[in-house]
This record gives sequence, structure tokens and C-alpha cells, in this order.
Amino acid sequence: MTDHVLTYMTFFPLAGMLVVLLLPGDRHDLIRWTSALFTLPPLLLAVWLYANFDPAKPGLQFIEKAPWIPAYNIEYFVAVDGISISMVLLTALLCFLCIFASWGIDKAVKGYYALFLLLDTGMMGVFVALDFFLFYIFWELMLLPMYFLIGIWGGPRREYAAIKFFLYTLFGSVLMLLAILALYFSSEPNTFDMTRLIAQSHKYGTAALPIWPFDRLGWGFQHVVWMALFIGFAIKIPAFPFHTWLPDAHVEAPTAISVILAGILLKMGTYGILRINYPMLPVATAELAYYFLAALGTWNIIYGALCAMAQRDFKKLVAYSSVSHMGYVMLGMASFTSQGINGAVLQMFNHGTITGMMFLLVGVIYDRAHHRELDGFGGLAGIMPLYTGVSALAFFASMGLPGLSGFISEVLVLLGAWQKYPILTVLGASGVVLTAGYFLWMIQRVYLGPVNEKYKTLAEINGRELFTLVPLGILVILLGVYPAAVLDLLRASLDELNRTIIPHLS
Amino acid sequence: MEHPIQTDYLRWIVLLPLLGAAANGLLGAPLQKKLGKGLIGVLACTPLVISFMLSLKALFDLLALEPERRFLIDRVYSWLSVASLQVDVAFWIDPLSAVMILVVTGIGGLIHIYSIGYMHEDRSYWRYFAFLNLFTFAMLLLVTADNLLLLFIGWEGVGLCSYALIGFWHHDHVNTRAGNKAFIVNRVGDFGFILGIFLIFWTLEQQGHGTLTFREIEKFVSALEGQELWGVGVATLATLLLFVGATGKSAQIPLYVWLPDAMQGPTPVSALIHAATMVTAGVYMIARLHFLFALAPFTLAVVASVGLLTALFAATIALTQNDIKRVLAYSTISQLGYMFLGAGVAAYGAAVFHLMTHAFFKACLFLGSGSIIHGMGGEQDMRKMGGLRRHMPYTFWTFAIAVLAIAGTPLTAGFFSKDEILWQAFASDHGSPLLWVLGVAGAGLTAFYMFRQFFLVFFGECRADHHTQAHLHESPKVMTLPLVLLATGSVVAGWIGLPAIFGGSLFTAWLEPVFGAHHEVHGSAGVEILLMVISVSAAALGFYIAYLVYFRATVSAERFSSLAGGLFYRLSYNKYYIDELYQFVFVGGTLLLARIGAWFDQYIIDFLVDGSAKFTAFVSWLNGLFDDYVVDKIVNKVADSTFAAGDKFRRIQTGNINSYLYVILGAVVIAMIVKLRYWS
Repeated sequence: MTDHVLTYMTFFPLAGMLVVLLLPGDRHDLIRWTSALFTLPPLLLAVWLYANFDPAKPGLQFIEKAPWIPAYNIEYFVAVDGISISMVLLTALLCFLCIFASWGIDKAVKGYYALFLLLDTGMMGVFVALDFFLFYIFWELMLLPMYFLIGIWGGPRREYAAIKFFLYTLFGSVLMLLAILALYFSSEPNTFDMTRLIAQSHKYGTAALPIWPFDRLGWGFQHVVWMALFIGFAIKIPAFPFHTWLPDAHVEAPTAISVILAGILLKMGTYGILRINYPMLPVATAELAYYFLAALGTWNIIYGALCAMAQRDFKKLVAYSSVSHMGYVMLGMASFTSQGINGAVLQMFNHGTITGMMFLLVGVIYDRAHHRELDGFGGLAGIMPLYTGVSALAFFASMGLPGLSGFISEVLVLLGAWQKYPILTVLGASGVVLTAGYFLWMIQRVYLGPVNEKYKTLAEINGRELFTLVPLGILVILLGVYPAAVLDLLRASLDELNRTIIPHLS
Repeated sequence: MEHPIQTDYLRWIVLLPLLGAAANGLLGAPLQKKLGKGLIGVLACTPLVISFMLSLKALFDLLALEPERRFLIDRVYSWLSVASLQVDVAFWIDPLSAVMILVVTGIGGLIHIYSIGYMHEDRSYWRYFAFLNLFTFAMLLLVTADNLLLLFIGWEGVGLCSYALIGFWHHDHVNTRAGNKAFIVNRVGDFGFILGIFLIFWTLEQQGHGTLTFREIEKFVSALEGQELWGVGVATLATLLLFVGATGKSAQIPLYVWLPDAMQGPTPVSALIHAATMVTAGVYMIARLHFLFALAPFTLAVVASVGLLTALFAATIALTQNDIKRVLAYSTISQLGYMFLGAGVAAYGAAVFHLMTHAFFKACLFLGSGSIIHGMGGEQDMRKMGGLRRHMPYTFWTFAIAVLAIAGTPLTAGFFSKDEILWQAFASDHGSPLLWVLGVAGAGLTAFYMFRQFFLVFFGECRADHHTQAHLHESPKVMTLPLVLLATGSVVAGWIGLPAIFGGSLFTAWLEPVFGAHHEVHGSAGVEILLMVISVSAAALGFYIAYLVYFRATVSAERFSSLAGGLFYRLSYNKYYIDELYQFVFVGGTLLLARIGAWFDQYIIDFLVDGSAKFTAFVSWLNGLFDDYVVDKIVNKVADSTFAAGDKFRRIQTGNINSYLYVILGAVVIAMIVKLRYWS
């Protein structure tokens, strides 16, 4: 079993989908528990993986490799290293919890859970695939169930949101596919194996292409491929100005899907850049990511925070806070310092748990009041004290309160960025003030103040909802007090990655 | 210093209140319901008592060591370790933090006990104590952290508890708004603070000493000399950034605006957080990093100027306020200004001394005002009080002692500490006579507004309504006992810091291993006594005016307030309209930016996104038209013409053998002609 741990983690949910499809469609609870049963083994395996991962080793671990389509050198190649392990753990955890967060879905339950499990496989696959072709398959595999999950089980504007999400991502995928093929054909022998593509990274041309506008920009083959990949990934992050699919998709998606979107899908953007752009195209990375990516990240931080402040919809506010917080990831990874890049990946993990909590919390109140107007509540602290307490934990973690996980990653990012970009760091750090502003204002409007008579009888958060929130809450506190629990996993690989770029920085 | 003594009990000083907070926070609600409020109070106070006793143990452990070796450390674990950034969770106690933990656990403990009585009617008793304990934890963390980042946890942690306790009665938006204001204004300060930390770290890192530990920063501090960023010396820039944090936490200009509003919280919270401990964090931070500030004379000048300006500015506002707690709030801002004046003239010992004495008398004043509010059934307007000395003897006497102390009456604690600051402001290398003159003027104002309050509240006829008068009562023992202890402290706490001319300060000697002896100024005794006499006279003048106006009523208050057409009065009463200005510029400005951002997102970016989708749809519609009307037309045309041609050709197919033969014959003839004519 342990030889194929990543394969099991990836395909358990797919097997679950097949089983769910065989179940009678009206046995809702049976379907729900079956889905839970098939997402539990990946979670347990994730715990095992965590315990057995060697943090001192910078390279790939738990490698599984087998020929798949030998005619084109396509392999089944999965493994984890410090770049991906935290994302694999996060995916296993959030998928399991989201099965329970989806308990309230009662429309076409069988279809929902089947698609959800397919999505799970796709996401896990993206994080473990080391063959570019396999990576692309998983990347696209994930898109399809996501489209239906938003488009069928979403809110009133679900179709608009789903199509917007789908087209946006597809646009990025096309660019990514072109880049993959370009790398494939320029490798010798032609290969999709990422490790081999990385090993020959010095061969990808950097001399300016003689075609307008690349001759003007001084962009060589590397730069063009870098940008194609980057746009594909930037849409997922989402980096300004490719971010407007996110508020719509988040607002329309059902709660659990919002959690998955914000908690896992967004990370694929930054993960892709770290996994592919950085090591495979180091010269272009040094030239294009330096300053540009940092400035974009800073802009995301401030712009996202300002947009969040102006929102009237609870979920949209949380959605824009993601735009802001993913900015820290970009700023950190563009710093090329150990603190910055470790902070960036830790921020990816922490954002997953914190934003996951926040979307779950919005879901709790939406299930009861059936609306999300920030000004339509008031005084929930007096009606649902436990709910308010858990909410406060999530929101203050998101504000980067020291002692909670968000602080560690934000401070590492900003500290790391300071060495290279003091001005951008000053601007980025000002986002911390804005974040406090919009969250406190929201807390005041929703939770504090006189009790809204309309909601006097709202039920306190229930056991199932707590079950989805408490593990995340524990992680938020634990990683604030003992961040080494995750940082230790990342360091070796990320420092190694950093070292491949630093020589090319001018 | 090189070999600090390892201990393993320091952590409990800090962690016990956290355990108390966890117990009350997680289990408080059911416990209170089932077993009553008594247990909640015990759960909250016990950790404080034990922490206090452990703090005493630390004090005695330090005393047992030679002065230069007075240094205990308790390293718990490695908190954050990324490349050159190595941060431990480690607590240290040196003479400076020993003073702080004693103040926090001692005065904090008394305020916990007082709260048992004060908050007794409150439904959320457990929540109050959970946050009070959490606050104590964060404050202790702040003063015992052995590095800047751990200090920052405490720094923001106390801010969180302050937010939660200001807005404790959260059903009223007045309170929650005050809480928000406190947190956000503090965040502005913290923004500067954290940047200061980054700057220190990277500058040291470039010199090969990347560290955030106080001891090591001190050791390598000379590496900062001569370093520049943006054309400013790193030491100056870093200390200025840290000082921005201090202006937020310690309510100095320009970030003082949150503290008066913070009085919306329960009164013991005002005493503990917004007078005795949290707001002094900025002073502590500067004292802790004195070696860094010593490299930045410009920053020191800024600190002294801001402190003095704040001291005067806040004092002028306190003159006209009618809310009993607001007067004390502005007084606190003013007194903190004095501490910064002391720190700014590099008299760190004097600043910390005033911090400690102020903790006693200001906590006593706040708790006294709480006792008054308690007795008055919640009334806070001094215009409705008066004559309370007859009804509340304990409160009256303790309040009187604290007023004497804050006014700088000789032999009280406030006299010694304020005088030390003023003397240093005059005589230290960083001081000047101007600083001293303004400082003395502030002392006069202080005496006036404090005695104004004292006379308004305790003397004259009671101006409350009959119902309130009928229910006037002294507070229970659990509240008056802390008052008595604090009032005692307000006098005797000063005796450990006698001026050099009266035999020298034990307190200064105690802190000497931290600040070094060279900061001491020993001017001529004659000058010192002269200055002392002048400052006491200024205070006496303040008292006398207050006495004439509010006790004897020989001069009417209206005559004062109508000076210069009432301009001064209106400015002071309305707090110079600074709140309104900030609200308009900063809050309004940010919200405007937010709306612009959201508008841009919705109407520009999304317009482009949707526009490109619509454009694509439009192009495909055009394409459809082209397909229908051009491509399909051509296809149909071809089909039609083929059909028409077929139709025409069909006519040849007559079925008549003769006409076929003619055609064949004709064709053969034409072929032969062609053959003969062109191919021969």
C-alpha cells in the first residue's frame, strides 16, 4: 500500500464516484456516507504521508513512475516534494470536510457527490503529477465537474458564473497547452517528464525572438513560454486583472464548492508557477517575475482589500479577501528570499484553512437566514455566541493576528520581500490595516450591535457544522504557535528552488 | 550578561493567565450557569495571584545575583526558523521586565479582584474574565518576550483584548465603534512597528548578525551605525518606525484618538488596560530598545517633542470635559506624554518610574471613578454629581490621595516621578530649559483639571436626581480594598525613587544594569531644588484656581469659558475637532477609495471581460450571417446553377434516336476538323 500512496490518495475518490453512481439516487444519506468513506482514506494516508515525509530531503519523494503512452514518452509519474506536500495535505483535509459541509444539498444528491469526488481526484492529481501531460489531464479533469457544480447547484446567477469560470480557465488552459507543447518539442528527446524538462532548462533559448513585439521586449523563447504559462496560472490565482471570475463563482457556488475554490483551486495558480515556471524557466523567471510579480502581488493586496471593503454581500467580501491574501503569496514568491518563498507557500496553506473557515461560516448563516446582506443582520453575537466565537477566530486569523497562522505567513512574506522591495513591502503591509478595517466593519455589522428581531430565533451552530470548522480552527491556532509543523516540510525544497533562480537575478 | 541563568518557571508567569482565559473562555458559559459566578471569579483570579507570587520569586532571584548578572531566561522552543531568521519562544526577566511583571500582575491582580464586585450584575461575567485574563497573558508576554517578534504577539494581543473589552457590551454600536477605532488606529501604529522590525533585521543580517533577540541586537547594535536607507540613517528610520507603533499603543499624537473612546468599556478595563498597563507598552518598548534609540538623537528629539506636545494638548482637552472617565482618559494621554518626554531625553529610568507610579494612582483614580459610577447607578456626568464624600468615604479618601499624587504633591509617588522627568528634561544632554518650562506648565494644568474633577464630584451639593440620591452607596469591600491598596501605593511607591539630593533613587540603581549609569545627570543640588519648588508652585496654582472656581465658587466657570469669545472653550470641549477631521479625511478617504475600487472592478474590468465575451458573441453572430448569406448563398448558388444547368442539359435528353445520331455526327465532324486544322 505504501508504495503507491499517492496513487491511492488520488484515485480513491474516483473509485468512490463509480460506487456512488451505482447507488440508488434517492438514498441520499447512503450517498453522503459513501462519499465520506471514500474521502477518508486519502485523509488518513495524508497523515501517514506527513509522518513519513523526509523534510531534510529537497528532492521528490514517494515517486511512482510507469510508462503510459510510450509512443510519445508520456508517463504516469507522480511524487511529492516540499513544494507540493502541503497542498496535498490541504486537499485531503478540505475535501473530507467539504463532504460534510455539503450535507445540506438535496437537489440531485447523487450527481453532486459523484462530481465532487471526480473533482477531488482532479485536484489531488494536479498536485502530485510530475508528467506535464498527466498534469494537464488532471488540470482539465478538474474543470469539468467544477463547471457543473457551480452551474447546477449554484445560486441565482449560477449559469453566468459557471460559464465565466469555465471560459476564463479554458483560455488559460489553451495557453498552457501551447507552452507544454513548445517545451515538449524543444526537449531532446521529446519528453513530458517535468524533472527532465527542468534538467535541460539551460537549453531553452533566451535570445530575443526576431518577431514583433518580442524583439522590442527582448523576449526569447523562455520568456514567451513563461508568459503563456503565467497567464494560465494567473487566472487561477487570480491575479489582477484576471480576477473577476472569482467573486461571481464564489458567490454563486454552494458553500462547499466555495471552500474548495478558494481553499484549493486558487493555490494551483501559485503552485503551477513554483512547480513549472520557476525551475523550468529560471532565466525568464529572474527577469519577468522580479519586480513585476511582486508589484502585481502588492496591487492584489491593496486592490482586493479595497474592493472587499465596499462589498455589501458577505460572501463577496470573503471572496475579495482571497484576492487580497493571494497577493501575499505572489509578493513572497517574487522575493527570492528564503523567508519570502517559505512564507508564500505557508500562506497558501494558511489561506486554505482560514478562507475555508470563512466560507463555511458564511454558509452557516446563509443556511439559516437565506441571504447574505451584511446590513441585513446585526447582533448575532447575542443569538449565536458559539458561532460568533468561531467566526472571530477565523476573521482575526485572516487579519493576521499574531499568535494565529495567518500572521506567521504574512510576516514571513513581508519580511522576505523587504530585502528586495522595501517600497512594495511598505505598500503591502498597509494592506494589513485595510484588512483590519473591512473585517472589523463586517463583524460590527453582522455580529455586534442591537439584536435583529427578525433573527432572534436563529439556531446556534450545530454539531455537523462545528465538525467541519473545528479541525481548521485547531490548525489555525497550532500553526500560529508552532509553524514548524508545516514550515519544516517546505524548507529544503523551496530553498533549493530559490537557489536555481538566484544566479540569474541581475 | 553572557551566561544568563536558565530557569523554567518564568513561562508560568505568562502562561497561567492564558490557562485561566482558556478555562473561562471555553467552559465559562456552562460553569457560570451551573455553578454560579463565584467559581468564574476564582478561576480568573487564582492564576493572577500565582503569577504575582512567581513574579516576586523572580524579583528575589534577581536580587540574589550581583547587579550585572541580574538576568533570567526561560527558553521554551524554537518558534520560527527560516534561514537566518531564528526566533524562539523565550521569556526573559531583567530588572526592567521585573518591574513590569510586578506592575502587571500586582495591579492587574487587584483590578481582577475589584472586577468581581464591579461586574457582578453582568450576564457575560465569564466572557469578561476570559478576556481580562487573556489580556494579562498578552501583556506579560509583551514585557517578558526576549525578542521583537514575540513582543509583537503581545503587542497586538493586548490590542485584541482591548478591542474585545471596549466593545464588551456589544449590543450598543457606540461601544463597538469605539472598539473598532481602537483596533484600527493601533493597526496603523503596528504597521510602522513591524516595518521597523524588518529594517532592523535586514540591516543586521547584511552585517552577518540577522537577529531579533534583544540581547543580540544590543550586542550588534553598532552594526547599524553608518547604514542608510532612502538617505536616512537606519537607526533613525527604524526607531521612528517603532515609535509610530508606540504612538498607536500609547495614545500619543497623532494616534491618540482611540483612547478617549475606549472609555466605553467597563471601568476596571479602563483602569487596567487603558491606564495602568497596555498604554505604557510604548514606553516599555523604547526603554527596552534604549541602546537603539541612543543611536538616533533625531528620533529621541521627536519622541521628547511628541511626548511633551501630547502632554500639553491632552491636558488642555481634559480641562473642559464633563464625563468623569473622559477627564481621566485625557489625563492618561497627558501623563503618557510625560513618560515619552522622559524617554526622549534618554531618562529611561525616570520614564519607567513614572510608568510605575502612574499605574498606581491612575488605576486608583479609575477604580475610584468606577466605584462612583457604581454608586450613581451608571451616571458618568460630573455635572450630576457633587457631595459624594459623605456617601462614599473610602472612595473619597482613596481618590483624594490619588489626586494629590497625580498633581505632584510633595512626598507622594507622582511628585517624585514627575519631578525626576522634569529635572531630566532640564538637565540631561538631550534636554533643554524649554522642555522643562512647557512640562511645568502641563503640571499646572494637571493639578487644575484633577482638582476640578475632585471638587465637582465630592464637594458641593449633590446634583443627581432623587432616585439616584436615594440609592447612593459605598461600594462593597471587594472593591474598596483594592482602592485602599492602590492609594497606599500611590504614596509609598514613590519612596523607592528619591531624588539624588534626598539620598538617591533605589529604583534608578535597580535599573542601572539595564540602562547603564551614564544616563544619570547630577546637576547642582541648588538648581534641582529651585526647579522643584517652581514646579510644585505651578501645581499649587492649578489647585488654587480650581479651588476658587469649583469649591469656593468665587470665580464662575463661565467667565473662563467665555474667554476670547468662547473660542478656547469650544476648541477644548470639542477636542480641537480632531476626531471629525480624521473621520472625514482618513475614514472617508478610505471608503471613497474602496468604492472607487469596487466600481472599477464592476464597471471597467468586468465590463471588459463581459465585453470581450459579448464581442465574441457578436463576431460569431456576424459569422453566422456571413455563413447564412454569403457562404451558404454561394453554396446554394452553386447548387442552384448546377440544378439549372442540369435542367437545361436535360432538354438534350430527348429519347429520340435520330437527334442523338445527328449530334454524334456533328461531333465527329467537328472533331475531324479540329484534328486536321490543329494537330497536323
